[in-house]
Amino acid sequence: MADVVLKNVRKSFGRVHVIHGVDLAIEDGEFIVFVGPSGCGKSTLLRLIAGLEDITSGDLFIGGERVNDLAPAKRGIAMVFQSYALYPHMNVYDNMAFGLEMAKSSKAQIDAKVRKAARMLQIEALLDRKPRQLSGGQRQRVAIGRAIVRDPKVFLFDEPLSNLDAALRVQTRIEIAKLHTDTRATMIYVTHDQVEAMTLADRIVVLNAGRIEQVGTPLELYHRPANLFVAGFIGSPQMNFIPCTVARTGKDGVQAQLPDGGTVTVPVSSEGVRAGEAVTLGIRPDHVQLKGQGVLTGRIELVEELGENHLLYVNMGRERHLTVREPGDARHEAGQEVGLSLDGGFCHLFRESGEALPPLPGSRGPAPTSPDLNSTAA
Amino acid sequence: MSGAALQASAPARETMRGGRSALTRSRVRAAWIFIAPTLIVLALIAGWPLARTIWFSFTDASLNNLGDYEFIGFENYVANFDGEWFGLLTDPDWWRSAWNTVWFTLVSVSIETVLGIVVALILNAAFPGRGLMRAIILIPWAIPTIVSAKMWNWMLHDQFGVINDMLLRLGLIAAPITWTASPDTALWTVVMVDVWKTTPFMALLILAALQMLPGDIYEAAKVDGVHPVKVFFRVTLPLIKPALIVAVIFRALDALRVFDLIYVLTANSRDTMSMSVYARQQLVDFQEVGLGSAASTLIFLIIALLVVVTLVAGQVRMSGEAR
Repeated sequence: MADVVLKNVRKSFGRVHVIHGVDLAIEDGEFIVFVGPSGCGKSTLLRLIAGLEDITSGDLFIGGERVNDLAPAKRGIAMVFQSYALYPHMNVYDNMAFGLEMAKSSKAQIDAKVRKAARMLQIEALLDRKPRQLSGGQRQRVAIGRAIVRDPKVFLFDEPLSNLDAALRVQTRIEIAKLHTDTRATMIYVTHDQVEAMTLADRIVVLNAGRIEQVGTPLELYHRPANLFVAGFIGSPQMNFIPCTVARTGKDGVQAQLPDGGTVTVPVSSEGVRAGEAVTLGIRPDHVQLKGQGVLTGRIELVEELGENHLLYVNMGRERHLTVREPGDARHEAGQEVGLSLDGGFCHLFRESGEALPPLPGSRGPAPTSPDLNSTAA
Repeated sequence: MSGAALQASAPARETMRGGRSALTRSRVRAAWIFIAPTLIVLALIAGWPLARTIWFSFTDASLNNLGDYEFIGFENYVANFDGEWFGLLTDPDWWRSAWNTVWFTLVSVSIETVLGIVVALILNAAFPGRGLMRAIILIPWAIPTIVSAKMWNWMLHDQFGVINDMLLRLGLIAAPITWTASPDTALWTVVMVDVWKTTPFMALLILAALQMLPGDIYEAAKVDGVHPVKVFFRVTLPLIKPALIVAVIFRALDALRVFDLIYVLTANSRDTMSMSVYARQQLVDFQEVGLGSAASTLIFLIIALLVVVTLVAGQVRMSGEAR
């Protein structure tokens, strides 16, 4: 068990800077997920922690010890690779035992560890098989088993579920969550899949272009994104963004003027905000309400039925689109004109720099608050 | 129910003949048409000379009059006249050349395999100028054997050779060594030149195998803390083994019929004579087409036997690994 601390960690490949000074403190036993679009540096950051890449500058501490110059094997970590990285010519047993032979464990100790891990992962029946005789899910279990037998202080997962089909992904995800509950080891998990990030993480680290955009619990990130990038990245379908201008600021928040004339008062801090300033209003598809007379009107372009809910893609003219999610089956058809109203309590405002205006205390949080600050002028 | 099924299958059966559908038959026909040219060419350039050589080995044909010969059965191989044994199998020179060939093959291929692995591992590592090194290392293999053998012949010359000169200057030897003439050094000299020439070939085949290996397992081994030497013997070597076996078979077959290198370096010296050199000597120098053909036939049989053994052993091992 150990905490992991990164202090101003940078990584360059030649003249290309990949990680631009990352500061992060991961607590002992925490499940941290690195998430971000491809090329954001999340895998590189994981490989820096693993020791598979050298840190260009900055410090990395695992369990209080500076490990910049320690070989991967001496950092007390175990890594599960996206491609499983099993030794193709060894059977499952040897794949798990191979790393232990170096640790000067006795044959009996190794055997006990391998069999315990195999029992835990329900791959006891496969111990004599070669990797090529296993399915993708079974291979991934062996890869996880190989990490477990090392009894590491920190588990590192590099997109471990990417090569699995949807059903298996859900199942393995649950097993990894269980593994975390059982071992209470620190886990660092890289993924581009935000569902994995939301479901597994104690805290999520959103990375973009080699920088940390925001660190927080899944619901913090969902309800209080720190900037436009996080707001757009977390949540599916994506948050709707509407360019606005600030009409008025006050104690009750910032009143934003929509392009079509309507206004929405959003309960966010108005500190430093001037009237007339350009801002972006963000609202999740779930929070847009269909109303005969709304602040916005548009024509439905496409209806997607998902069973438990449905998505409406609304064209509001001038190349602007809005996604609306409504429960149950669709009651509208493509081509219909609809009015949309925006609940200010569910809206986010972002300044031109992309930074979010902080919500007023008690106005927004993990549990949706009552829309008493809602003042939808029409 | 079953009656209907039988009736339904009856027309289907009509289109089949000998268990093959019309489509399969046309595919088989196309396959034969495509491989026929190859088969014909092979029969002409490989089959016919081989058959003729085997036939001559049972005759008393001579090079100065190839048209006039008699069938003499196995007398070229072994025969008994008045209680004395004659023939190829009783000729100590033949056995000497057979042993030379086997020794040459074992020693040179072993050294080339080990050196080839070392060179391939070096070329597989990332370092500046790797592309240039890969090209340079191939030069010995690219030079025709006759040329490189002649070149080495001069370098190894006992009086004017640069190698003796260098060793003398360094004080490593007191007197010039007759590298290719002395029985103690001749065969080793041949092996050395062959290693110089053929190691690049081995290195290239092994390098190709190394580049096929997945990189992630080496990272996994790094995280597991496995020592690089152990990774080589437990991971790399088993994974390149199939390619290594193919490379060794290629080289062994080449080495078993070695001719040009030995002939240029040491001519007909008994100390280094290989089976091919022996066969040439009988055929050309002694005009004994029958005896020479018998020697050639034996070389063919020995090599064919070794190929079959290796292939069977390789297949057994492969199928053993699959399950």
